[in-house]
Amino acid sequence: MFLLLPFDSLVVNLLGISITVLFTLLLVFIIVPAIFGVSFGIRKVYMKTLLKIFQWATLRIERGAKEKNHPLYKPYVNGIIAKEPTSLEEEIKEIRRSGSGKSLDTPEFELSDIFYFCRKGIETIMDDEVTKRFSAEELESWNLLSRTNYNFQYISLRLTVLWGLGVLIRYCFLLPLRIALAFTGISLLVTGTTVVGYLPNGRCKDFLSKHVHLMCYRICVRALTAIITYHDRENRPRNGGICVANHTSPIDVIILASDGYYAMVGQIHGGLMGVIQRAMVKACPHVWFERSEVKDRHLVARRLTEHVQDKSKLPILIFPEGTCINNTSVMMFKKGSFEIGATVYPVAIKYDPQFGDAFWNSSKYGMVTYLLRMMTSWAIVCSVWYLPPMTRQPEEDAVQFANRVKSAIARQGGLVDLLWDGGLKREKVKDAFKEEQQKLYSKMIVGSHEDRSRS
Amino acid sequence: GLHSREDFQRIPELAINPLGDRIINAFFPEGEDQVNFRGFMRTLAHFRPIEDNEKSKDQNGPEPLNSRSNKLHFAFRLYDLDKDDKISRDELLQVLRMMVGVNISDEQLGSIADRTIQEADQDGDSAISFAEFVKVLEKVDVEQKMSIRFLH
Repeated sequence: MFLLLPFDSLVVNLLGISITVLFTLLLVFIIVPAIFGVSFGIRKVYMKTLLKIFQWATLRIERGAKEKNHPLYKPYVNGIIAKEPTSLEEEIKEIRRSGSGKSLDTPEFELSDIFYFCRKGIETIMDDEVTKRFSAEELESWNLLSRTNYNFQYISLRLTVLWGLGVLIRYCFLLPLRIALAFTGISLLVTGTTVVGYLPNGRCKDFLSKHVHLMCYRICVRALTAIITYHDRENRPRNGGICVANHTSPIDVIILASDGYYAMVGQIHGGLMGVIQRAMVKACPHVWFERSEVKDRHLVARRLTEHVQDKSKLPILIFPEGTCINNTSVMMFKKGSFEIGATVYPVAIKYDPQFGDAFWNSSKYGMVTYLLRMMTSWAIVCSVWYLPPMTRQPEEDAVQFANRVKSAIARQGGLVDLLWDGGLKREKVKDAFKEEQQKLYSKMIVGSHEDRSRS
Repeated sequence: GLHSREDFQRIPELAINPLGDRIINAFFPEGEDQVNFRGFMRTLAHFRPIEDNEKSKDQNGPEPLNSRSNKLHFAFRLYDLDKDDKISRDELLQVLRMMVGVNISDEQLGSIADRTIQEADQDGDSAISFAEFVKVLEKVDVEQKMSIRFLH
């Protein structure tokens, strides 16, 4: 028993020393650069090493699968069936053309018309454009996370060892580090903004508030090991404007706010989020709504307009899709923010899913599970493009303007531009769309009103 | 895994298809509310493209699901609401009503239905049997229009 005592104190000493060293490293390499906004480039090196390992791992799996004759599951990004992008009219005319020799210009009904609806319906059952946007994107190469790979079986000892090593590093080294950083970041944000809130209004307060916000967001960025590349920073949003971006996860806010100073818009939550929100609003005017106020569209519009018209206030950050989409497409923008009449600064955010999928599937994971998943991925890599500002032209209405902005964002980010509403994640589609289809078809059978009155 | 009708209705592009409900119905065997993977695949198998080498393969065996005749039968069943192997005037009217919504009056729809039955009906029973259905569509390129090709 006496032999254990010196051993005990040795262990305690070692533990103490390693914790001190860890924290000093943390401070020097992460927190201090965050305060000043510089970077050592450690994360970029980390990213390159990881990429090489992933490529090796994928080759190994493919080779192993070929040897054992296992069929490999390959995700196809562009769809699994051949679809022709023809309209209802053209398709039905084609069917009729092959069926009978009658003239195609007279509107009438044919029994063969049903083939069009039948085939279209079955095509959508096999592969449709909307439902696949609400679940995580499938990867073509493996990134050593068993959660993203459907082929994970025992292929070789080396690969399994590598995967095991990956798990160890991610959960035992990176996770505690990140949690410590996140904790530091959030507590600094809350205390910093509260302290700044006590200062009298003026330039000093604004300056300090800006830097407190930026510093804490930068620490949070490092807490997630987010490697962000900003493009076209000269187009960054200015005061009195609205910044719109495509929405993939709550992390979007941290990514954008660590590079610019924005006024947030949102609903007041309870719990930790609520504490953070209330602290933030003391230092600078964010626009937080009570739960009851959110339903009142006119109230929301009025408050936003007031904020925007005050040129000393910060640009507002809004995500017009209204819900998280999986970053392969951009869905319908809600027109509310485009009716206000301010300059719109579009921003496109595209995540690289190889290092960690940032999409928040809110029907599958809660917020805490989601954050844990984020913190145990390798890294969050994304690109942010600041697009040139747009204003509403006199001859377009809010919906057209919203669609124009949406197309610009989709084009820049390499995303599919869809007209479907992100709300379809939870709700059924409106009957108006079905009625549109029925109307189109009726024209083919009986012609439009003008034709009938002529004959 | 089993699918129910609600699972299909969650697909937005299917929900806006005027005949969406009829198509969903085709997956479910008589009186059942759930379809398993086998049943699902059986129904989808109707839409496999017809390949030439299959035509000469097995003359004595049962006809493959994606033959021209079976594809036409699938479409016939979409019209035949009560599954009595005849498309009556009422059934045709109901399916037409699904396809056009509120945009055409009852009388006009009625006359369209009458004309269609008149043209197709050969045995004078004011209904379209499967044989008559096939005759009307004999020139239509069913193989191409009722087939879905997989990429890769």
